[in-house]
Amino acid sequence: MTDSSIYDRFVVILDPYVRSRDAFDAASRDSRILDDLQVNSARLVDIVVAMEDEFGILIQDEDFEGLATIGDAVDLIARRVSDRETAIVRDHLPPTA
Amino acid sequence: VRSAGDGTLGWISRSGEPMRRVVVTGLGAVAPEGSKLAEFRAVLERAETCARSVPEMAERGLACRVAALPAGVDEEAAKRFEKADLSAMGATGRLAGLAAVEAWTDAGLVPSPRPNGAVDWDSGAVFGSGAGDPTAMSDCIHKVDAQRLRALGSSVVERCMASHGASVVGGLLGLGNQLAANSSACATGTEAIAIGFDRVRSGRALRMVCGGAETPDLYIWAAFDAMRVLSRKWNEAPARASRPLSRSSAGFVPGAGAGALVLEDLDAAIARGAPIRAEVLGAAVNSGGQRNGGSTSAPNPEGQVRCIAAALRDAAVDPDDVDAVNAHLTGTYADRLEIASWRAALGRSAADFPSLTATKGLIGHTLAAAGALESVASVLMLQEGFLHPNANCEDLLEDCEDIAHAVVRPRPAASSARVLVKAGFGFGDVNACIVLRRWEGV
Repeated sequence: MTDSSIYDRFVVILDPYVRSRDAFDAASRDSRILDDLQVNSARLVDIVVAMEDEFGILIQDEDFEGLATIGDAVDLIARRVSDRETAIVRDHLPPTA
Repeated sequence: VRSAGDGTLGWISRSGEPMRRVVVTGLGAVAPEGSKLAEFRAVLERAETCARSVPEMAERGLACRVAALPAGVDEEAAKRFEKADLSAMGATGRLAGLAAVEAWTDAGLVPSPRPNGAVDWDSGAVFGSGAGDPTAMSDCIHKVDAQRLRALGSSVVERCMASHGASVVGGLLGLGNQLAANSSACATGTEAIAIGFDRVRSGRALRMVCGGAETPDLYIWAAFDAMRVLSRKWNEAPARASRPLSRSSAGFVPGAGAGALVLEDLDAAIARGAPIRAEVLGAAVNSGGQRNGGSTSAPNPEGQVRCIAAALRDAAVDPDDVDAVNAHLTGTYADRLEIASWRAALGRSAADFPSLTATKGLIGHTLAAAGALESVASVLMLQEGFLHPNANCEDLLEDCEDIAHAVVRPRPAASSARVLVKAGFGFGDVNACIVLRRWEGV
């Protein structure tokens, strides 16, 4: 999965919660979710749940703290997707002797 | 010493400032069969109940299978509200928000832009509901019982709280004055106006958005149905199902919707060239104390009489000068009691009884929204000089035959009424009453 495809899918998740449409139209990896896009901080919960469902990943409570920009979210999703793929490969390795 | 609420003491501010005059400058309505004021206005021309069969009521085994429901609410909300608002807006919030924004716009006001527009510190809202948002609450219960806590998301608290409607209204408009929800069962909408009126009259706000909202909720209706207070004999004829003052009435038709009125300081309204629709002269709220016939679900008639009389004293209106009454009348056994209360409070002979409108015959009983929608109708009737038809009372209660001339009205009638009294009553033995006057200039 490429970062740009994660980015595109994450922006769709973010869309219904964005208050500042101008900032959203000009959004980039550096856009701050709360300060620039004016997302209500309570909605981060909904955004994280939607990220988990969309990408089939699990996000821990401590991951919330590092989630300031769109780029942070994209990187977090990429890490968790990679963790999951690694785990799948490991689980399917032939048993060693 | 007795209280001002009983009308024996005049309203005198401690600072010695005279009380402010209060006018209605904006109206909004999400009423059965529509989601806009103009649609509600059209309903006031009809002489039948705007109700329809609801298959879900039959499927669940309710004896009443008709309801009066707004139409186009979700479409209108999607058109008017931002995605970020809709993401945390429950059913009550959608109804309250649509009615309030329409009233605000009708008053010639513009909602403050999100996210960083100016806060209007002089304007507030009192917007009530009967059961908060039962749809949001039942959704929460089902998810928690199924151990799907993750699916709750972040907005359940906001949607379940009793002040959800008021909260949505405040956010949409940018209100910085009092922002509160009242809840007094079926008196809620009328009481909200009385509360907002006090706040503007006493100079603590320049304008208040007042109203009530009630969602269509099968579970609440089932609970009323179990009390045997819903209309259960007119399922095959929804247009005839809501029958205030009719001998063949068999309970009320449940309804949903929201009504909103912008109450404004007269000087402030004139200063900004606002359209003035009517003046609010006075108001009163009380309770019958749940004694002498009163209970949590029945009125003590003395409480009703005192409330109407106190509102008239508050308005400095002589009962003989009341031209029209917009009653609470629901189509239940309480109709008889209410008519007796109006007679006692006004002290008028049958021949001289003022013209009466019973709006629930047209739109069913929208519970917490009823007083607000009926007040919207009352303002329209005063302003435009008409009385809406009273539906389905061709077989008038025997107690009312002597005032048939004031009640039986199969089609809209022209009216020169100047003063209209509107009352709303509710479970808890609570009463609310407002006195309106046609606006004829300062």
